[in-house]
Amino acid sequence: MKARAARNRLSGRWLIAALPYLWLIAFFLVPFLIVLKISLSQTAIAQPPYTPTLDLAAGWEGLKAFLGQLSFSTYGLLLQDDIYLFSYLKSLQIAALSTLALVVIGLPIAYGMARAPARTQAILLVAVILPFWTSFLIRVYAWINILQRDGLLNDALRALGLIDEPVAWLASDTAVYIGIIYSYLPFMVLPLYANFQKLDETLLEAAADLGCPRWKTFFVVTLPLVLPGLAAGALLCFIPIIGEFVIPDLLGSSQTLMIGQTLWTEFFANRDWPVASAIAVVLLVLLVVPIAFYENVQSRQIEER
Amino acid sequence: MRRGFTPWADPNAKPIVRFDAVSKRYANTVAIADLSLDIYEGEYFALLGPSGCGKTTLLRMLAGFEAPDRGRILLAGEDIVGVPPYRRPVNMMFQSYALFPHLSVFNNIAFGLKQDRMPKAEIAEQVGKMLQLVRLEGLADRKPHQLSGGERQRVALARSLAKRPKVLLLDEPLAALDRKLREETQFELMELQSRLGTTFVIVTHDQEEAMTVAHRMAVMNRGHIAQVDTPQQIYEQPNSRWVAEFVGDVNLIEGKLAASANGVVLEDAQGRRFRAGDGAQARPGAPAAFAVRPEKLKLALAPPPADTLNTISGRVVDIGYLGDVSVYKVRLDDGATMKASVTNATRLAERPIGWEDRVWLSFAPDAAVLLTA
Repeated sequence: MKARAARNRLSGRWLIAALPYLWLIAFFLVPFLIVLKISLSQTAIAQPPYTPTLDLAAGWEGLKAFLGQLSFSTYGLLLQDDIYLFSYLKSLQIAALSTLALVVIGLPIAYGMARAPARTQAILLVAVILPFWTSFLIRVYAWINILQRDGLLNDALRALGLIDEPVAWLASDTAVYIGIIYSYLPFMVLPLYANFQKLDETLLEAAADLGCPRWKTFFVVTLPLVLPGLAAGALLCFIPIIGEFVIPDLLGSSQTLMIGQTLWTEFFANRDWPVASAIAVVLLVLLVVPIAFYENVQSRQIEER
Repeated sequence: MRRGFTPWADPNAKPIVRFDAVSKRYANTVAIADLSLDIYEGEYFALLGPSGCGKTTLLRMLAGFEAPDRGRILLAGEDIVGVPPYRRPVNMMFQSYALFPHLSVFNNIAFGLKQDRMPKAEIAEQVGKMLQLVRLEGLADRKPHQLSGGERQRVALARSLAKRPKVLLLDEPLAALDRKLREETQFELMELQSRLGTTFVIVTHDQEEAMTVAHRMAVMNRGHIAQVDTPQQIYEQPNSRWVAEFVGDVNLIEGKLAASANGVVLEDAQGRRFRAGDGAQARPGAPAAFAVRPEKLKLALAPPPADTLNTISGRVVDIGYLGDVSVYKVRLDDGATMKASVTNATRLAERPIGWEDRVWLSFAPDAAVLLTA
């Protein structure tokens, strides 16, 4: 009796532990393997638009023939045309610079929020989360309105006498940066805020007591202690920004070609599924580096507790 | 404690810390009310009081984390109100220790020295000395989370002493330690203090701790200082009912003063008369109380001789066995209760007084303290 109950409990526990893995296998690993397989195929005017396809009816021989036809030739293609390299670099550049800007903007916001009186803090927190109530797409469209030739921004700048002629904000890198920084700010602010809030106030007093002026305390005590939040925020922004498609598509120009757009073109306009899949696989490999770094930071943090 | 170390009794001595008519309010509560206090160089001074009495506020004012609304705070003769904490030559040991979790023990202790731009070699030397002082050699590379509570306490102490402050402020420094370790550390702190000669100001709500370590202590209540004196004086000569009751256990006999040729005579509501040895300025007819500490009451099963002074009788209603002493609660015939403590010099079974026994309490005239406040 006892043993069976223990076994049941054990299997229940196993199930709970296995659930996230099952989820990852079903919705990450399997799709990834499909994408990987497509990237090793060749384009074809067919349905689906690539060969080979696996014919299960042909049995073992069919599988052998299928595996024989897979090749890395599409990856070679990615090296031949520098549009791919350009898109990757552009994405990296935009992601890196926006993340930097997000850190610079997000740090004082999160710090100010954590220092505010408790009731104000709740209001500020809602204010940070509130934009999520509106569709992301609508918010990016709103930026088109603000940034266009006779939009709010130009009107305001003209009213202030800062410019005579309207500035062409839209269809530029600047517009993409504005859109990205606006959209991703909550992802930077929230983890930072959580870290600032946990920060023990007496540590700052201790630093002052030991002769450290306030500005210096920020760099030698506060910043090192919120570093995990900073890393989390930076990666939460950097990784999705690299793959960002909507914002550069709506606010950018043909010069702001990010990898997401290149991928979209290959997939929908050129119907070249193998190249599109290869782009996705390379992107994933590129992103594994910062993700691994993040994991490392996190596990170190858990260790210290 | 050093013999003959009584700078507070010397009218020419200059205090190292002087609170001069300091007041502080928070929103609508008074934290410090027109308080003046002198602390002398080399003193181990304790601020004692119940929570919310203002003792911590006073300490934080010295550190520079709070500013008084009115009054001056002098450190070695200079007004330090308005001087930021990082420019004050005092250091604080925090109740939570406030060790920097991202820094090693070495760098925690070196933190204050680095702010002074001390050369690296000197920092290493001074940190080494501090580690030796608190007997933590070999733990320099540990992070705070790798230390035990007692070790952390030592690191905090070393860090606050590293800059050789003029005054070391200790905010409930031993509160987080268990009893045994706390007692050991109390004696270590005393030893350290007399060796370094640094002025220590300690905040505590633990009267035993204050009495053990301090040269003098200030008993605080609601933003006022109720009494400042040596622990012995405060225990033996409390200046008010509040101090008598806050520090140690006490029996208060309330009554009115009666005219008398020698000593002071107090007559209670039942017309019983008690006599105390001193209290010269006592005015006949004024309401007053005699304070008698439980250990100064004599407890007997038989009535004492008829001419014995200060005798009351009652029944034992409770006996508290504390190991070294037993406390007898005696209900008097008028319903009031008195406590008498008796040293357990003999084995438990051999002691004759039990529950419901009729007993006689008596005290010598010089055991009672006359209180009018």
